[in-house]
Amino acid sequence: MTSGETTTATGVSASMATSETRVEPRGAKPKSLSPARIGIYAFLIVAALFFLIPLYVMVVTSLKEMEEIRLGHLFNLPATWTLQPWVDAWLHACTGRDCFGLSPGFLNSVKITVPSVLISIGLASINGYALSFWRYRGANLLFGLLVFGAFVPYQVVVYPLIIALRDIGLFSTLIGIIAIHTIFGMPILTLLFRNFYAGLPIELFKAARVDGAGFWRVFFYIMVPMSVPITIVAVILQVTGIWNDFLFGIIFAGRPNWPMTVQLNNIVNTTQGTRLYNVNMAATILTAAVPLAIYFISGRWFVRGIAAGAVKG
Amino acid sequence: MAHVSVRDLDVAFGSLKVLHNLNIDVEEGEFLVLLGPSGCGKSTLLNSIAGLLDIVDGQIWIAGDNVTWKEPKDRHIGMVFQSYALYPRMTVEGNLSFGLKTARVAKDEIQRRINAAADLLQIQPLMKRRPFELSGGQRQRVAIGRALVRDVQVFLFDEPLSNLDAKLRTELRVELKKLHIKLGSTMIYVTHDQIEALTLADRIAVMHGGLIQQLATPKEIYRKPVNLFVAGFVGSPAMNFLEGRISKANGSVGMKLVDGTDVALAGYEFSGQPQDGQPAVLGVRPEQIELKGAPGPATLPVTVALIDPMGADSLLWGTVGKDTVSVRIGAEDTYQLGQSVKASFQPSMASLFDAESGNRL
Amino acid sequence: MIVVAVGVYVVGIAFTFYWSFTNSKIFPSFQLVGLAQYRRLWSSDRWLVAVNNIWFYGAMSIVSALVFGYLLAVFMDQRIRQEDLLRSIFLYPFAMSLIVTGLVWQWILDPNLGINETMHSLGWTSFHFSPLVDPDTAIYGLVVAAIWQGSGFTMAVLLSGLRGIDAEIWRAAKVDGIPTWRTYLFIALPMMRGAVATAFVFQAVGAVRVYDLIIAMTGGGPGISTNMPAVYVISMITSSQNAGQGMAAATMLLLPVIAIVGLFFFWQWWSERRETAR
Repeated sequence: MTSGETTTATGVSASMATSETRVEPRGAKPKSLSPARIGIYAFLIVAALFFLIPLYVMVVTSLKEMEEIRLGHLFNLPATWTLQPWVDAWLHACTGRDCFGLSPGFLNSVKITVPSVLISIGLASINGYALSFWRYRGANLLFGLLVFGAFVPYQVVVYPLIIALRDIGLFSTLIGIIAIHTIFGMPILTLLFRNFYAGLPIELFKAARVDGAGFWRVFFYIMVPMSVPITIVAVILQVTGIWNDFLFGIIFAGRPNWPMTVQLNNIVNTTQGTRLYNVNMAATILTAAVPLAIYFISGRWFVRGIAAGAVKG
Repeated sequence: MAHVSVRDLDVAFGSLKVLHNLNIDVEEGEFLVLLGPSGCGKSTLLNSIAGLLDIVDGQIWIAGDNVTWKEPKDRHIGMVFQSYALYPRMTVEGNLSFGLKTARVAKDEIQRRINAAADLLQIQPLMKRRPFELSGGQRQRVAIGRALVRDVQVFLFDEPLSNLDAKLRTELRVELKKLHIKLGSTMIYVTHDQIEALTLADRIAVMHGGLIQQLATPKEIYRKPVNLFVAGFVGSPAMNFLEGRISKANGSVGMKLVDGTDVALAGYEFSGQPQDGQPAVLGVRPEQIELKGAPGPATLPVTVALIDPMGADSLLWGTVGKDTVSVRIGAEDTYQLGQSVKASFQPSMASLFDAESGNRL
Repeated sequence: MIVVAVGVYVVGIAFTFYWSFTNSKIFPSFQLVGLAQYRRLWSSDRWLVAVNNIWFYGAMSIVSALVFGYLLAVFMDQRIRQEDLLRSIFLYPFAMSLIVTGLVWQWILDPNLGINETMHSLGWTSFHFSPLVDPDTAIYGLVVAAIWQGSGFTMAVLLSGLRGIDAEIWRAAKVDGIPTWRTYLFIALPMMRGAVATAFVFQAVGAVRVYDLIIAMTGGGPGISTNMPAVYVISMITSSQNAGQGMAAATMLLLPVIAIVGLFFFWQWWSERRETAR
């Protein structure tokens, strides 16, 4: 295709009247590594190191022998590599009176986390759905209170709960702590689900109603299939939150049900005998392993979860 | 010397070449419109001139300076964006003065320039307001004012009216034209709306596929489009196209349409020598077709299909063989559906294109 | 179901409030003693130190996490290679339990085994960096751990706030000749009020209820120098077996939360009204 009547430039000379014989700018600008760019990378690398050093220290120390640790040199690689601390942490470390390592704690954490996650997400999704689509009296008030509840420090209601559970007979039981986690997970999760459902087109809901579907049918046949992204996010948040919990674990679970975090603290902070740092470090990594694994596998969803939760209110 | 000069411009995104060896000159004080559909490269060209895009090869000259490697702020340009991009948390005054303050211009000089711009654009009473309190027209003026206070030589507009409803668009279009007359500055304006182009431009550059199809005055582009694309893109309702072959007989040139109808083309200015039998496309604008009065030498048999009343006049839709044509008729004229009418037109006003290359014959 | 959850909260708070006016020990008593518990609370050294600490810790950790988080977000916005990898690195502390965080930082800051010792072994024998040993500086150690834990989250929120800004604003600023750093500070940041507020509220709420970190890192010590209100509440209920005191402390703990959250919602509602009223 040709261009039509182009007005020709009237006698323009390309060279300027400058005397220097420098290069006439043309085409792409030469890219020099500007100090600003270097600075950016430098800052980010230093920051990354700041964040990574604790992890490095943990791993490295957990693979060293105790004699080496006593010498200090926190940042050195092990002179002799050993996996014994890991074995000890898992099987032999002393958490108070028992010396069975973290393995019972791991089992407990699983027993606590899985039901809590399932129940709390199930309930929260139903609640979120109810709040966003079915207007009933007092819905807004309940919602407001719920949001407020998300921010209340646990310590404020801990004592009444202790008394209440004791009276019901659920204190220091597995069921008790599952109930606690479920209740405290409700505000944030309900918020999450409600915001998600509020973002769905309402025509979906109306069409289903016109078709004659009631509360539960709409939920199971329409909402649930569409909820996969937010459910993943909710699962990640809940698993991380419940697995990492300490306060409720130590108060409500009861000695035989102590989760890993409580056991970890016992292992590390017991004042009898010498501190076995390598075992402690190994124990720490083991405790952190599950949420970290989930995080690294589902990194993007995790970030989206934070952003989604943060966009509320 | 041209005020803005683009030479041998190559722009690519990764391996995708968007602009190739593009040359264009803009005269001082000219209002040039870059017109084309989405993806034709007009915004890319504008952003390259502005310095917001990296180019692969070529040079950009503005006001006598080679600005190819210069930052946008050193290119003597001001730019108005589709969303106007006013800083939302600053007042109008803040918006106008922020750039100058950063450049450490003296306070009284800043004030002087703001007052001058405010008077010219009549935004003096808006100084203390925030962008969300302004109307669309006011925002446009503030956006222009932001460029004005920096004493720029060239104004760049990136589809500033595209986000507005039709009525507002017409009003602001008129304001822009008046502004250009008042300021007399060089303006380069990007749009996909051909009505904006026709009303605002001193010259239009119609772009398609990264190339300038035609660079000419609006009148020229409308009357003598240089190829099929330009002919079909400019003009509303669109030009009618009829396919057929050139037939040369007895020294006169005519056209045989696909369905066999013969159309005389005496009076058409050919730029070269058409071949007999050459596949061609005849282009006639709806307002150039006449249904009343004595039919002239060039006629088309039209079968009436539909009439669209459009208020001031009506649009008659009909068929010529297999092709659909539209004709402007008076609001009061009536025709029967299925009626056959003889439509005539002036070949000298029409356009003829080679069917393969699309170029004007 | 929601009613149950909300009910738990409302009833729980109500009881806490009520019992703060009683002389409950291990078991709740219903004998009202007026404001005695509160009076005792405010004359207790442990509580006063805890309150001081929480203000200091709160202010420092929130502001530092916000500033550091914004810096990280700004730098991450520069079209960095390996953005995903870096983001994972900055965010992973958030996935760790505060117990784990506290323990690890306790070791790093240990005078005999941590950074202090490493520096010595490298030859800088005059280097002293063991904040946790000294009652006056122990709280700084906590702040560092808090920043380590929370900046990644702040960064994620602020970065998504940055990304939500219309691209044309950046271009307009460039044409106007405004340097990049100024654009981030004076144009972008004011446009991100929602994200900043969100990050602030999350950090603030986390700071107020901080418990796990203290237990793991310092146990409240040395002495009582790093005691925090939440720790006080729990220790009152459990080891000191003085529930009434604990309830009084808990009620006091609730007040700033109500204030912050209330302010947040009020500001939201008010700015929405302002913007739609025109």
